[in-house]
Amino acid sequence: MHTIQMTINGRPWSGAVEDGETLLETIRVRLGLTGTKRGCEVGECGACTVLIDGVPTTSCLYLSSLADGKSITTIEGMAVNGRLHPIQQAFVDAGAVQCGFCTPGMILSSYALLQRNPHPTREEIQTALSGNMCRCASYEQITKAVQMAADVLSSLCASQQQN
Amino acid sequence: MYSVSELYIPQTLEEALAFLSAHPDARPLAGGTDVLVAMRNKKLENLRLMSLEKLPELEGIRLREDGVLEIGARTTFTQLAASPEAAVRAPMLRTAALAMGGPQIQNRATIGGNVCNGATSADSAPGLFALDAVLVLQSAAGTRRVPITDFYSGPGRVKRESTELLLHLELPPAASPRHGDCYLKFSTRKAMDLALIGCAAVCELAEDGTVSKAAIALGVAAPTPVRAAEAETFLLGRRPTLADLEEAGELALRSASPRSSWRASKEYREQIIRTLAKRAFRAAYETAGGVF
Repeated sequence: MHTIQMTINGRPWSGAVEDGETLLETIRVRLGLTGTKRGCEVGECGACTVLIDGVPTTSCLYLSSLADGKSITTIEGMAVNGRLHPIQQAFVDAGAVQCGFCTPGMILSSYALLQRNPHPTREEIQTALSGNMCRCASYEQITKAVQMAADVLSSLCASQQQN
Repeated sequence: MYSVSELYIPQTLEEALAFLSAHPDARPLAGGTDVLVAMRNKKLENLRLMSLEKLPELEGIRLREDGVLEIGARTTFTQLAASPEAAVRAPMLRTAALAMGGPQIQNRATIGGNVCNGATSADSAPGLFALDAVLVLQSAAGTRRVPITDFYSGPGRVKRESTELLLHLELPPAASPRHGDCYLKFSTRKAMDLALIGCAAVCELAEDGTVSKAAIALGVAAPTPVRAAEAETFLLGRRPTLADLEEAGELALRSASPRSSWRASKEYREQIIRTLAKRAFRAAYETAGGVF
């Protein structure tokens, strides 16, 4: 067992985790945050993607003991005061959700992309999301949603600068 | 939950090396994108793991005063792709880094782990073979340097002693200012796929425009990554014509022994080897300033 302290969606959490425990298990079982999905469990599908210190990571391939001192963002950390994040809203508006299983991972990968590249090209979006699979094959709508979110976020940013 | 008997997280290199000496069964864990997957698939069980997460000696990329580029074993593929030093020395390392897995895997997987895992399909391997990379391994007993071309002993097997850690990789400087390289990966999908064949080429030109270094390295063409020695010897000293490149592609096959698997047949791989060797060397030659 290792005792770790981490920040989950802005809130501190500390506890003991098993040596072989994955961050995916800690998040889903110990913290009850089931928005992070358990998919292939071998790092290929991206459904379990979370941000560790802002970096998209497949939580199925990350041992919880190593999360000591890290800041973790899951899909539950995206909405603020019950208001969907603009990326989440764009996924709704673009109809980028069919079964929804890949959506949390898609949104977190998109968030990390837009943080470092606010105006991505179509190709840059596809590359950034290439580690997230959508078996409903809604890739067109997902790419569209990220483009829409980029537009919304940059206009929000511009209006904040004017104020 | 992985089947782990112990996860040890050393805070210093000394602690890590002492632990490996005391526990030769311990498996170093870098990004975990190979070791943990093997555990999930029950190929490895009840492992004693030693995390390399906290060891600064394994981090970073730096250009030394002697011109050698030192790449820390824990350098992730994302860090490698973003490194200006690596981009200057060998742009193909970025190509290879971004060809590996997807973004999440590139964020965790490390170049040292890629090499020590011993897979012939490792995207970093052909480039490191063609660049004559040297591995620096350390144990409690001392330091050892091994050319990467001597490091692989079979599929999934490398000559790392159980008490040793890979500290960093050294890339010697180019011998000529006129040099170029290229990595080509042939795979069915653009992301999240293993290479059917990977091919790296390095070309350096003498002042008179003849080839002063030709290196062609292949992944998945044999049980380990290999250099295409006969093709290289053929190209050395020439101002190659397009017909020479065809010949070099044929000669590259002599260093290869590809096998049939569900991914591709032996015959198909042979055709890809011919083609990639020719194209990769052509691109390296042209980048170096060569013209046909």
